[in-house]
Amino acid sequence: MTLATNVKNDPTRRDFLYVTTAAVGAVGAAAAVWPLIDQMNPDATVKALAVIEADLSAIEVGQSVTFKWRGQPIFIRHRTAAEIETAKAVPLEDMIDPQTDAERVIAGHEQWLVMVGICTHLGCVPLGQKPDDLKGDFNGWFCPCHGSHYDSAGRIRKGPAPKNLLVPPYEFMSDTLVKIG
Amino acid sequence: MSSHSNYNPTNPVEKWFDERLPLIRFSKEHLMDFPTPKNINYWWTMGAVLAIVLVVQIVTGIILAMHYVPNIEMAFDSVEHIRRNVNYGRIIQGTHAVGASMFFFAVYIHMFRGLYYGSYKAPREILWILGVIIFLLMMATSFLGYTLPWGQMSYWGATVITNVFSAIPLVGTPILEFLRGGFVVDNPTLNRFFSLHYLLPFIIAAVVALHIWALHVPGNGNPTGVEVKSNADTIPFHPYYTMKDLFVIVVFFIPFAWFVFFAPDILGHADNYIRANPFVTPAHIVPEWYLLPFYAMLRAVDFDVLFINAKLGGVIVMFGSILILMVLPWLDKSKTRSGNYRPMFKPFFWLFVLNFLMLMYLGAQVAEGIYVILSKVGTAYYFGYFLIVLPILARIETPKPLPNSISESILDKHEAKAAKKIQIGGEGNE
Amino acid sequence: MSKMKKIFSALALSVLLAIPAPTLAAPASGKAPELQKWSFAGIFGTYDTNQLQRGFQIFQEVCSTCHGASLIAFRNLTEAGGPEFPESQIKQLASEYYIIDPELEEGERPAILADQWPNPFATEREAREVNGGALPPDFSVLAKARNLAKKFPMNFYDMATAYQEGGADFIYNLLVNYEDEPPHGVEIADNQQYNSFLGRGIAMMSPLMEELVEYDGDGVPLTVEQYAKDVTAFMYWMADPHLVSRKTIGLNVLIFLSVFALLMYLVKRRIWAGVKH
Repeated sequence: MTLATNVKNDPTRRDFLYVTTAAVGAVGAAAAVWPLIDQMNPDATVKALAVIEADLSAIEVGQSVTFKWRGQPIFIRHRTAAEIETAKAVPLEDMIDPQTDAERVIAGHEQWLVMVGICTHLGCVPLGQKPDDLKGDFNGWFCPCHGSHYDSAGRIRKGPAPKNLLVPPYEFMSDTLVKIG
Repeated sequence: MSSHSNYNPTNPVEKWFDERLPLIRFSKEHLMDFPTPKNINYWWTMGAVLAIVLVVQIVTGIILAMHYVPNIEMAFDSVEHIRRNVNYGRIIQGTHAVGASMFFFAVYIHMFRGLYYGSYKAPREILWILGVIIFLLMMATSFLGYTLPWGQMSYWGATVITNVFSAIPLVGTPILEFLRGGFVVDNPTLNRFFSLHYLLPFIIAAVVALHIWALHVPGNGNPTGVEVKSNADTIPFHPYYTMKDLFVIVVFFIPFAWFVFFAPDILGHADNYIRANPFVTPAHIVPEWYLLPFYAMLRAVDFDVLFINAKLGGVIVMFGSILILMVLPWLDKSKTRSGNYRPMFKPFFWLFVLNFLMLMYLGAQVAEGIYVILSKVGTAYYFGYFLIVLPILARIETPKPLPNSISESILDKHEAKAAKKIQIGGEGNE
Repeated sequence: MSKMKKIFSALALSVLLAIPAPTLAAPASGKAPELQKWSFAGIFGTYDTNQLQRGFQIFQEVCSTCHGASLIAFRNLTEAGGPEFPESQIKQLASEYYIIDPELEEGERPAILADQWPNPFATEREAREVNGGALPPDFSVLAKARNLAKKFPMNFYDMATAYQEGGADFIYNLLVNYEDEPPHGVEIADNQQYNSFLGRGIAMMSPLMEELVEYDGDGVPLTVEQYAKDVTAFMYWMADPHLVSRKTIGLNVLIFLSVFALLMYLVKRRIWAGVKH
């Protein structure tokens, strides 16, 4: 009885218990809440497709193929020598979003152009992948929605789009296998 | 609703808010200052536990609904997708499934507390009836929820229980097809069951609010059954009962966590991991454990009575077993509330508890032989307890003398304890 | 405690103690199953990576010709808490399987890590035709779709020990209890073999036999019992791939809750110290 009275009147011991318990409770609450929030983050099936491997062996020179990456179209074009020449020769002052051809490809693999096929204006998918598609004034890609023209390096040259077609992170696993993402 | 609040806001922002929407005043009055009997024991903590479990179920349920697909082609796979691919999905799904069982475990303790201590008696009749309504809604919600994984038990349980409605004469079959949205349980059924399963818990929450309101008019009961007479009988809800309830909630989470993390499937049925197949009926169709007593009573009626066939009879008995709870305050007219002071009542009450557990066991057995006989006996005692035993006891029982007040009963208890200590030869306390 | 309560609890206790060993529910008229020690049982259970790898080998070489695993993705075989094969190995394995994709010119393409295990048969009808009318069940959750639940009151013993391996014990006992001939007087159909654990014929002939599958190195016996254990463990992993992380988190949660409960109890006692109740 006497011990209890002592303890009750001693503020430090009482407060220590309350503070400790509250702290432990807060840690528990945070640990319990985190899964409820994290479950909205991309799940394992989505993350599994965050990185894809594209096999380039079947793509002939002058041919374009569309892959799917993170739900978006990826334009991969096996450029001809002429297309590469033309792309390299364009002076930077002529471009709306200046970027050299070298900045948009990987050294040693310049014939491969890998881009996200979404117009940087308002998100339509530009034409130019198929041989009979309109290619626009610069022989690259043309977006029919509002008339953006992209050149043979996927750079915006005419029209309302502000930026060049986005180049995703990618690397070559071999000469014919590229890992995107 | 008497005002017990001593809330006096000094902060001008608080005052401004209090004059327009007295939320803080209301919370203080009902969740903090509310005078609660000093002597309520641990049987009284289940109410808070139930409120927390309801919140857990709603939160985990809403999250599951972000990933679940209520279509018969995808339902089973979407649940497995949650378990395998969604971040922490295994744990969230496990919590929701086990949570339903924990919900019923707590509610049965809560209800048996009410039956023992006479919590249903005047002036708490509406409180009790609201509780029975919550129980009914819980049963409906859990039944609907169990269908959603679309396993064999989901499908066949839904088939059996919806078939119950076809027992109603004349309008039975049209009602059955109306409920199912077809001739058999199929995609329309699953889709609407999902919608209703999402809806019902919010109705439960609303009825819970009414339940607490109805409680706060007379205030809590207590183990003596003697009403609060003065401030000496009560203490404020906070911090005494907030902290006591929080302690019990943490303890309650321990078996909850045990099941979720180490035995998540043990309360369920292996057959529900087999995709629903309308052409193959499982050997034993069993509902979840918490519905078993009522399932036993449903099957106990296997004979016709006059123009009521066995199927209809079973349905009447099953629904009757819950509806009879609603009229309990008028069946048990004994002036003494608490079983502690009713020596004749006690053995019948404990027999009722055992009987309920026996019916639970029987609900999972095959409907043959001794099990059928015992189910009939059990059903008879269940109804007999309410319709015969309690009314008769009210008339013939001589209760033990009640204490004059709660505080007096507390003093008596402590004096008795002290006397016992001296008797045993312990050291003096002072 | 009142006298009635004391008598009641004494009775209940004696009933519980009078039961010597767990009484098992053997299916139908079969013989009593032998429960196995599984590495993944109990609160400290984990999978044995080597066992899962062996089990996968059996699944792939023996079972997957007839049984699908449509909820398993190839990448699951590389993830922590499972067989943990190297990614490159599974990438190579996946490329040997074909995924039907009607949008492609050829109608199919080699599988990648992200793909689900392809079904051995295109339709249920085809599966039944090839297997004498019986449908080989998909393996994805099969280990949880079977059970050896104990009857009341020993089901409480199961809850206390967190016995979740009923499906594994069921499958193991099924695999090791095939008989060449049914016992006297028992009839089985032409396309069936008698299984003494099930107590009846089963349309799947005994899939395992000694030295059926070559394990690399190890010194692991090439017996039916060993194969049965390994493939069952793998099947259990397929049904419950997150078992290891679940139990690890669970242990932490239980420890945390115990500590927190103790603290809350002390807080409650401290708050109530001055009040006679």
